[in-house]
Amino acid sequence: MIDLDDIDRSLVLSLARDATQSAGALGREFGLSQPATWRRIKRLREAGVLGARRLRLNSEKLGFGVTVFLGVKLATKGRVSLEDFERAVIAIPEVQTVEHVLGLYDYRLRVVARDLPDFERVLRRRIMTLPGAGEVEANVLLSEERLPGPLLP
Amino acid sequence: MLDDVDRRILRQWQADPSLAPQDLAEKVGASQGQVTRRVARLRDAGVVQAVETEVDWTALGYAVQVSLRVTLDKTAPRAFDEFIAAARTVPEVLEVQTFLGRVDVRLNLIARDMPHYQQVYRSQIMTLPHIADIEALMQVARIKSEEALPL
Repeated sequence: MIDLDDIDRSLVLSLARDATQSAGALGREFGLSQPATWRRIKRLREAGVLGARRLRLNSEKLGFGVTVFLGVKLATKGRVSLEDFERAVIAIPEVQTVEHVLGLYDYRLRVVARDLPDFERVLRRRIMTLPGAGEVEANVLLSEERLPGPLLP
Repeated sequence: MLDDVDRRILRQWQADPSLAPQDLAEKVGASQGQVTRRVARLRDAGVVQAVETEVDWTALGYAVQVSLRVTLDKTAPRAFDEFIAAARTVPEVLEVQTFLGRVDVRLNLIARDMPHYQQVYRSQIMTLPHIADIEALMQVARIKSEEALPL
């Protein structure tokens, strides 16, 4: 596992928020030369700490007014393979994330829809018809806050 | 309002957020200047909120990720505000979401390993105010995680 000093942590926090910052600009912010900053970023990438870029879009402004989290239980465990379910569920465009979980449910899905009728359509036509899908619990997202995690000094 | 060119930009850019401006312009079929101007406008309008870098917590030694589904004691008048304010101060909490449904609040929590999870859960989660019930879902694997919008 990689060891991070305070400057590494600041770099990770800063790039997590805005991936488009140059090594030069970050170096000036944290008192490092451009090559030294670049070496640190390279090391963090190679260790897998810094991953791919992700575009953070405002879903409401793009017409997706509803986000719902679904807990899905497989009805026929053992008979339907997890692979079949997974292959089918990741192909649904409205399904943003899929986690295989341990506990009350087998899978946790994040689903976006234009509005509640649109969500109902996705639920009935796409989710309920998934191979092996059993009990489904829906919770409508009201607010969401992302935190920096255990990197702050 | 967004037009077709805006949507093409967002679709291509979302599919590959590391595209250089000239490559994005080529894929969209517009000039680089046009794409740069539109991207600036989409950012100003708040449609594009950020280009983030994903942080892999596993690579930082946090092997455990748990979704804590919390039901609050709604007889307390400020249960939501007080619970959320306190949950925000727990460093291992990555996300706080509120819901309409059977779950009131969900916390996305990371920990180094099971003993660390147990320690955080007992000393920092169980002590949060106004909890009526907690259910934990432990993440086994992320099957899809891009969180893309179906544009």
